[in-house]
Amino acid sequence: MNWINAVAQGLLLGGLFALFACGLSLLFGVVGIINLAHGDLAILGGYVAVAILPSVHTNALWALLFVPPMFGAFGYVSQRTLLQRSLENGPLTTLLVTFGLSVVLQNALLEGFSADSHSLSVGKLATDALHINDRLSISYLRLGILIVAVAVLAGVQLFLARTSTGRQIRAVADDSEAAAIAGVNTRHITGIAAGIAFVTVALAGLAFGMYAQFAPTSGSNLLLFAFEAVIIGGLGSLWGTLAGGCVLGLAQTIGAQINPTMGTLIGHLVFLAVLAVRPSGLFPARAHA
Amino acid sequence: MSASDATPANELLAAEGLTVLHGQLAALRDVSISVRSGEIYAVVGANGAGKSTLLRTLAGLHRAASGAIRVDGVDVTHQPTDERVRRGVVLVPEGRRLFPSMTIEENLLVGAANGRRGEWTLDRVYDLFSWMRDRRREKTIHLSGGEQQVVAIGRALVANPRVLLLDEISLGLAPVIVQRIYQTLPSVVGADMAVLIVEQDVTQAMRVASRFQCLLEGRTTLEGRPQDHTTEEIEAAYFGFGKGLGSAVAS
Repeated sequence: MNWINAVAQGLLLGGLFALFACGLSLLFGVVGIINLAHGDLAILGGYVAVAILPSVHTNALWALLFVPPMFGAFGYVSQRTLLQRSLENGPLTTLLVTFGLSVVLQNALLEGFSADSHSLSVGKLATDALHINDRLSISYLRLGILIVAVAVLAGVQLFLARTSTGRQIRAVADDSEAAAIAGVNTRHITGIAAGIAFVTVALAGLAFGMYAQFAPTSGSNLLLFAFEAVIIGGLGSLWGTLAGGCVLGLAQTIGAQINPTMGTLIGHLVFLAVLAVRPSGLFPARAHA
Repeated sequence: MSASDATPANELLAAEGLTVLHGQLAALRDVSISVRSGEIYAVVGANGAGKSTLLRTLAGLHRAASGAIRVDGVDVTHQPTDERVRRGVVLVPEGRRLFPSMTIEENLLVGAANGRRGEWTLDRVYDLFSWMRDRRREKTIHLSGGEQQVVAIGRALVANPRVLLLDEISLGLAPVIVQRIYQTLPSVVGADMAVLIVEQDVTQAMRVASRFQCLLEGRTTLEGRPQDHTTEEIEAAYFGFGKGLGSAVAS
């Protein structure tokens, strides 16, 4: 590793963090839920692929075809049933419910898949890299994840900005009662928002499974990184989330460059520093500024 | 007495025996109202009389503990707010409640997305309030209170309401602005629709309304046509002083 390589790898890692953070940011910004089960849901996505893939194809890329749509439907249904009902009881209830969901998911995965770690095999893509020079090479998989992250964030941003459903999602995020007054079916619209958030969670979980090994308890760490990316970037701003992911990724890889055991710690310290100096994040949403 | 026996053919929105509770407190007690097409109906009363609660209950934002609400003869008592919007009951809420992160045009588009189809389009709203067309890409938080109120009315109009519910549109606005907004009201009321306004400013409300009722502590204390009642009678019903309120209730 050298410095240029550390920066490049940091940015690539940032793509993965941003993908994780996207769903968290969306669910919090629109639905008002701090989803403590976010990381576990991502891991669940990985395990769904582990369970179904053997009957589909050996290459895990095929999981991209069926896991995200399944999670979209799952998100819509959980919003219309479990999450909506907990929201009506106040924000503390949603924290407890999603925390409970996290515990249930972890233990169900332990029961079903044991504590052994799994990974998703993407064949040659996992090892192939673009060799720029002797000191810098970029993994196609990591580059792909970054591209997917940017595409997902841009897609969600465009969807929210340009489509009628996207406008209604923003209306609910601004003022849910006013949205109902304007005729928006808020239960259906928040269900769609949750569905989109779950699709991104599934993508993040699959990306993580292709990138590293995962176990039923891996979700907690992912939740923490996603939180940090959202807070560093600024709540309610999807581009901020991408920037937050990249800042966190850079901090971790540059930290590891300084001392291989300190990568994660440096990431947390940068997060704390941002929280202390700019509590609203580096790129807070402009509308409410 | 069953009111449905005497339902006038042109009745658009009706509520009978509405009682609404805010916790232990009864915000409305046995209030009835009948709004007919082509009219502007005013609900007046002091602060806390239950006017806004009545309007919000009609819009589906509060649940009625008892009583029934009908739109065009269809019982909507248990329907959610957005369903009532599709039936043509559209509220302009107190405090305007625009979407602050959105432009004027986006606010109107949200209103139009789920409303009824009809003669009110974004273009027609821009024709009525011409300043809006040039500034349609501005965020609504940058607008003055009066401008925001007009956008809120526009957002309701593009849903093509059959009954437009206006909650305290004069609140916090300069009198000259209020007057201008009220002047446009008649051009808004089509033959097949009605406007139900809630106002603290009795004089303003009586000037435009063809019928009215006065609420006091959640009860109807006076109803009828403005010209049939003296200022003293209305004041007595409004503040709850004077003799024998019960006898002032017109049937």
